[in-house]
Amino acid sequence: MAAISREEVAHLARLSRLAVTEEELDTFAGQLDTILQAVAQVGEVAAADIPPTSHSVPLTNVLREDVVVPGLTPAEALSGAPDAEEQRFRVPRILDEDVAS
Amino acid sequence: MTTTLPAYDEVVARYEPVIGLETHVELGTNTKMFCGCPTDFGGEPNTRVCPVCLGLPGSLPVANKAAIEATIRIGLALNCSIADWCRFARKNYFYPDMPKNYQISQYDEPLCVDGYLDVEVNGELVRIGVERVHLEEDTGKTLHVGGATGRIHGATESLVDYNRAGIPLVEIVTKPVPGTGALAPEVARAYVAELRDVIRSLGVSDVRMEEGSLRCDVNTSLNLPGEEWGTRTETKNVNSLRSVERAVRSEILRQASVLDGGGRITQETRHFQEDTGDTRPGRSKETATDYRYFPEPDLVPLAPDAAWVAELKAALPELPRLHRRRLQADWGLSDADMQSVLNAGAVELIEATVAAGATPAAARKWWLGELSRRANEAGIELADVGATPGQVAELQSLVDAGKLNDKLARTVLEGVVGGEGSPTEIMTNRGLEVVSDTGALTAAVDEAIAANPAIADKVRSGKVAAAGALVGAVMKTTRGQADAKTVRDLILERLGA
Repeated sequence: MAAISREEVAHLARLSRLAVTEEELDTFAGQLDTILQAVAQVGEVAAADIPPTSHSVPLTNVLREDVVVPGLTPAEALSGAPDAEEQRFRVPRILDEDVAS
Repeated sequence: MTTTLPAYDEVVARYEPVIGLETHVELGTNTKMFCGCPTDFGGEPNTRVCPVCLGLPGSLPVANKAAIEATIRIGLALNCSIADWCRFARKNYFYPDMPKNYQISQYDEPLCVDGYLDVEVNGELVRIGVERVHLEEDTGKTLHVGGATGRIHGATESLVDYNRAGIPLVEIVTKPVPGTGALAPEVARAYVAELRDVIRSLGVSDVRMEEGSLRCDVNTSLNLPGEEWGTRTETKNVNSLRSVERAVRSEILRQASVLDGGGRITQETRHFQEDTGDTRPGRSKETATDYRYFPEPDLVPLAPDAAWVAELKAALPELPRLHRRRLQADWGLSDADMQSVLNAGAVELIEATVAAGATPAAARKWWLGELSRRANEAGIELADVGATPGQVAELQSLVDAGKLNDKLARTVLEGVVGGEGSPTEIMTNRGLEVVSDTGALTAAVDEAIAANPAIADKVRSGKVAAAGALVGAVMKTTRGQADAKTVRDLILERLGA
């Protein structure tokens, strides 16, 4: 059974705002499926006593003190922006999206 | 709206409301959650940004220790268990208020879980269950331009300021609260007010709803008695305590109207309208609920040390509710009097004034009287009126020592508020001290008697009340700097009355 369906790939493409053609959907669904199947092999060898890991380094509590560090000037910050206005990043309006908070 | 809403009392007699609240609190740390950019409110656009909070390639976040500590303290104050191990998660979504295209948040492993907050409503305690307290980063601010109204509808472009992006944001989510019946709106308001006071007492945020450092979403559903809970709606844009109450009430009425008409409630986000007090549907959620959360690979897990958590717990301040009750008893106030102190925002000011040596009655008199009047006139908070508790206590000590009478004390207070210095300095510099030298007073009294022979005769013949006019004359010559009772006694003595 495929690890990822063509519909799921189309859904992910839409969430990522990628314009993917019908042919590309077939290609990517196949490629992603191969990758996921390969990764799934890890699950086969993982015993119940091995917790899933999200980080390769066995560290916890890497924290910084609450001290201000100089950042970028507005000019530096906006230097990579495609467009700017009133010292703000200027972007196309996003339709029908809910703002997360 | 063309449908007529049913009467509230009638609705809550038939339906049972269930409420839930999600509150976001911006922490008052010096720096952002994952970088060293400053967090102070205001500032020119994009002046508090760096590669980390702009999500530039190659930058890496590092968690702010003070923000973790503040969140644990909030969790402890809300009687939560603190996770001994948890992770941050990426919440992916496509909106430019976060430059990374995701927000670092917490998902299935919040820092604090399963607590409660007791709130008082009409003298009764209601226990609100707390589902979770987690830590995330705030978003940038978008300004929609190009449209006719400046609102998002009709706008063609967004201008984004990332100063706020990355400021530590604590999200506090309640468990569903059933069983409050007609009181649901008041319970919601009381919860947010109490939560605000708890967080303020911890000193971790200034929790100002009007500045957005405390923001609230209100969930509401209705069900018939004995049936399952109904479909809930989430109301956003609720920016004051009064709005919390109004939002719940209007959503109860709206849902009842839909249900009565045989309709179904749609699970949706609605927006509270400050001007009308009702809620309107938000933009379509569509795919936005698919946030594709996964553990944040750029941050290592948090594992708060049990000893550290115990230390933080031991150092928690007294809960505001208990603290208020203790003060009320200490000050000997009725519930109504305590309520006026609370409404005036004077609890801490009176407390500090008493600590500086004034009696509770005197401290309350100044803060709720003259100073509240000035704050109201100027449209500012009482705490910003320009007088400190120490100055008010000093002023009262001058009154108690007989150096100032009430009228002079108010003149001195005017000087204090105007920044002229301490009460003693102002009294000395302006020469406002009560004239207590009896020789000078006697001279002024004799002068008044000589100038008003007809009134003096009346007093001599036993009409003691007429002495008031003479007291007034003496107060005038001494420019109000005499003690009225002393003057009166002196006049009666001189006239043998």
